[in-house]
Amino acid sequence: MARIAGVDLPRDKRIEIALTYVYGIGLSTSRKILAETGVNPDTRVRNLTEEEVSRLRDTIERNYKVEGDLQREVQMNIKRLIDLGTYRGLRHRRGLPVRGQRTRTNARTRKGPRKTVGVRRKK
Amino acid sequence: MGRSRKKGPYVDAKLMKKIEAMNARNEKRVVKTWARDCTIVPEMVGHTIAVHDGRRHVPIYITEEMIGHKLGEFAPTRVFRGHGAHTERSTALK
Repeated sequence: MARIAGVDLPRDKRIEIALTYVYGIGLSTSRKILAETGVNPDTRVRNLTEEEVSRLRDTIERNYKVEGDLQREVQMNIKRLIDLGTYRGLRHRRGLPVRGQRTRTNARTRKGPRKTVGVRRKK
Repeated sequence: MGRSRKKGPYVDAKLMKKIEAMNARNEKRVVKTWARDCTIVPEMVGHTIAVHDGRRHVPIYITEEMIGHKLGEFAPTRVFRGHGAHTERSTALK
């Protein structure tokens, strides 16, 4: 069982793909790590040697920010924008798209499920 | 696409001139500006700049953290008071 960065790694996938199960490692980072450590990207996780696993664990620990640390950094960045009173912070606070996308339609990822609002008359 | 490194940050020349003058004389005065697209540079820290929001000049106190942002980011141009319902809140226009 290969545990890297606290969690993960499906045993039957190629290591190249398996590494992307770690938060903060995508395909290109994964390929870079494998090239760095000289591990064949096509080996299945269950066929990795102990030594290869520890080499991977080592490089990731030393050179990459992943999982909790990375999530914390992202949260800090968002918090900074909010505390600073920027427009982007305001959009984060409201749960609306931050990068200038339209909100007349779409934007469902940020806004969540549709909430229909009727006309509220003056009482 | 980002701005070319070679050019350096965009800073409004007129505003910069006023800030420099104030720094030279060590005074603090609110400067009005329309240059919302002007990058905040270290020289501005500690000053209060009134940034135009389309209607009035919103006074912004510049802190160190704001360096690298644009002035306009701190003076929202839109006021959203909710949909429907002509309540006191939505019709209150200053």
